[in-house]
Amino acid sequence: MEERKIRAVEIAEQALDEAGRHGASAAEVGVDQGEGFSVTVRQGELETIEHNRDKSLGVTVYCGRSTGSASTSDFSSAAVRDTVKAACTIARYTAEDKANGLADQNRLATSFPDLELYHPWELSVEKASDLAFECEASARNADKRIVNSEGATLTTHGGQHIYANSHGFIGVNQTSRHSISCAVIGREGDSGMQRDFWYSISRLAPELDSPAIIGQRAAQRTLRRLGGRQVKTCQVPVLFEAPVASSLLSHFIAAIRGSALYRNASFLQESLGEQVFSSGIRIHEQPHLKRALGSTSFDNEGVATVSREIVEDGVLNGYVLDSYSARRLGLETTGNAGGVHNLTLDSGELDFDHLLGALGTGLLVTELLGHGINGVTGDYSRGAAGFWVEKGEISHPVDEITIAGNLKQMFRGIRAVGSDVDLRRAVRTGSILVDQMTVAGE
Amino acid sequence: MSFEIATAKKTLLEPAGLDESSLNQLMGQLVGRGIDYADLYFQYLRHESWSLEDGEVKSGSYNIDQGAGLRVVSGEKTGFAYSDELGLQALSQAAGAARAIARQGGKSSGQPVPWNKGGGVALYQGDNPIQSLSDSEKVSLLERIESAARGEDPRVKEVMASLSAVHEVILVVRSDGLIAADVRPLVRVNVSVIVIEGSRRERGSAGGGGRSTYPIYLGSDQPEELSKEAVRQALVNLEAIDSPAGTLDVVLGPGWPGILLHEAIGHGLEGDFNRKGTSAFSGRIGEMVGSPLCTVVDDGTLPGRRGSLTIDDEGTPSQTTVLIENGILKGYMQDTLNGRLMGVGSTGNGRRESFSHLPLPRMTNTYMLPGKSEPEEILASVDRGIYAANFGGGQVDITSGKFVFSASEAYLIEGGKIGQPVRGATLIGDGPEVLKRVSMVGNDLELDHGVGTCGKEGQSVPVGVGQPTLKVEGMTVGGVQV
Repeated sequence: MEERKIRAVEIAEQALDEAGRHGASAAEVGVDQGEGFSVTVRQGELETIEHNRDKSLGVTVYCGRSTGSASTSDFSSAAVRDTVKAACTIARYTAEDKANGLADQNRLATSFPDLELYHPWELSVEKASDLAFECEASARNADKRIVNSEGATLTTHGGQHIYANSHGFIGVNQTSRHSISCAVIGREGDSGMQRDFWYSISRLAPELDSPAIIGQRAAQRTLRRLGGRQVKTCQVPVLFEAPVASSLLSHFIAAIRGSALYRNASFLQESLGEQVFSSGIRIHEQPHLKRALGSTSFDNEGVATVSREIVEDGVLNGYVLDSYSARRLGLETTGNAGGVHNLTLDSGELDFDHLLGALGTGLLVTELLGHGINGVTGDYSRGAAGFWVEKGEISHPVDEITIAGNLKQMFRGIRAVGSDVDLRRAVRTGSILVDQMTVAGE
Repeated sequence: MSFEIATAKKTLLEPAGLDESSLNQLMGQLVGRGIDYADLYFQYLRHESWSLEDGEVKSGSYNIDQGAGLRVVSGEKTGFAYSDELGLQALSQAAGAARAIARQGGKSSGQPVPWNKGGGVALYQGDNPIQSLSDSEKVSLLERIESAARGEDPRVKEVMASLSAVHEVILVVRSDGLIAADVRPLVRVNVSVIVIEGSRRERGSAGGGGRSTYPIYLGSDQPEELSKEAVRQALVNLEAIDSPAGTLDVVLGPGWPGILLHEAIGHGLEGDFNRKGTSAFSGRIGEMVGSPLCTVVDDGTLPGRRGSLTIDDEGTPSQTTVLIENGILKGYMQDTLNGRLMGVGSTGNGRRESFSHLPLPRMTNTYMLPGKSEPEEILASVDRGIYAANFGGGQVDITSGKFVFSASEAYLIEGGKIGQPVRGATLIGDGPEVLKRVSMVGNDLELDHGVGTCGKEGQSVPVGVGQPTLKVEGMTVGGVQV
């Protein structure tokens, strides 16, 4: 790893030097390298072994206030030179924009605490396939209604990201990521087939759920969907199960991202200081959590990341900005070039069963389908599958329905957030109960 | 084919110091006892894009990518490794990793067969589209698009426009001796606008492209047409009311609404899902899955289309595959692996996003053949329903067959006439059932304008869709209005 790091730093420095030689007044580069493999087994047989090894160099140059970018997967000196040259050529034709440029120097990260993100897994392909076999077998043996399988996959990956710019900043992140997943298919009587899946992901192999547990969860999730049917069109409260609830937070983040705001393209335009969520809702960023999937001490332009409140008691406290969009809006960067870092919606007291009670009679959504989100108006209309809930008890599986509403009203209509937080994403939340949506079916 | 092979040798092999004997050596490493098939896939990719906002071209990027993917197939097992370095040593290392799939396969001692050059009639010219306009011409093209959009209506507040071009050279070398190459251009132009009136804001977008150079795609006045279309859509949506929810008759317009076929039918007919028995269409060849009015094909042979391919990524010439004929399920789309395991040949649908991805059976251009009805007659037959003229994306659950797609431009139909525009209409249905409810098919087949990208297992590939005006009786429409 050390040798690779030294080589990557050399390439970053060569690219910055070349940029200066081609007349760029400032430049920034990212050097990424990674390797790993994945093994898929299906129906008890080895199916695929894929070895991955990738690398890339990305360069952005500024000539005055004009900019150009280029990238390459070839690290030879000639290729690095050609890449920088291509970026500089583009910068000759792009218009000046006073918002362009590197992040302000005083915002760059100066401390690099060990966030414990790199834990390579010394795993042979044979051992990996044994774990995948165990996972799939536990799913297939769970019940005779599990009639087919898409298999189980184990993936392990380690990599290194270097960011450097002509302010003299250089930052290195070494990260690892391991996962085991399983998807199986069930059938009961004459009803159609249903598929569902489960997975576990972590920076550390020992923190993964056991293959047997992952397989069992996959089987349970498939079995419970069997016999799904439509419900009558109605307006009811909707509970988003934690694994799909994070998508609501992603739509929120997309709406307060600088690039949407300066383009006048967000339904949350000029909402700073406004009640955007129901009272009691707190959404915050935790970039320095050890071993977490969304942790980093600097963002994609070297800016120090900070723990911060985005929504407090339902009121919007800040946007999600990089330097460019911040300058466009007359604001300061929030350290979010490249995205948010362990965005967390604080959970309430209720566990999942109590949330069902709070739902009363309505819809539990466990799968969302399609892209029916309009970020400009907040209109929301997606395909869904899940369960009909009667007086706090699951009544029957539901599919071939859509749920619709407007995100602005949905956010203000959040009645509860469960304690069943899903930690498998960079956006963390428990299940979310929304007071009312339209369910379209029969 | 000789132009393509010569270009591939010059672009991919010669700079890396490779020749036919190195290809022989690598193939010799891959094949052997227990190996049914192996291939080497070399790819050279140059991608350039330019984008405009606030009236100015503010950013551009250029990407340089190349590498080779090496695959070994033994029964249903696949071993795969790739390298972004094309030197013999790096490739040989990748070959060793890919070969490890056949653990009991013994030594690699395969005798390569003599090369034979693959066929395929070129469906596009091999000119590099990135060089088809100068940088300053690209900048002024974007400026034309933006000023046309602004000139359309004073309510246009933001205009974003972009151009992108890809120049791709691929070389496929297979264990059965086939050697084939392709030089593939791809251009894409896009414009999107935000309009504001009072407190309402809406968006609209339009785009197009194909496997050609910029000048060939653009013709005479097309860029301004795109701007007009984006503004028109946004203004329609400013007037839109909430979509009704429930079961309604739906009329789908011609062209891009063919995404219905892509989601509801196409994915479920890809060979891999059917070989594994995981598709709602598995084992149903010969069954009635649509009304007799429906004939659906996947056709990679249309010259210059975004989804077209002279040869697929396994070197097989693309073809026209009948999926559904007069309502009866006829066939699946296959790559070499799944075609062989199902005892049929490849249908030229083996595609991959890049050298670092494994090929999968994928669609090319999927469309329904025209019927006999006049579009006006179809609308007039609906008393109360939805007319969907344009769509955003869609998605399907292959196993349950449930699919969904969201209208970006839709209207109420009242008394056989197009009424008020509606927003937020999402259609959901069941793949093997939906075509049975097609009661009228228009005579106005249109293909989309060259904007489609299909995702599967994390791999994106360009595709096309098309259809004539269709009437579907009783579809579930998702809106907020009960």
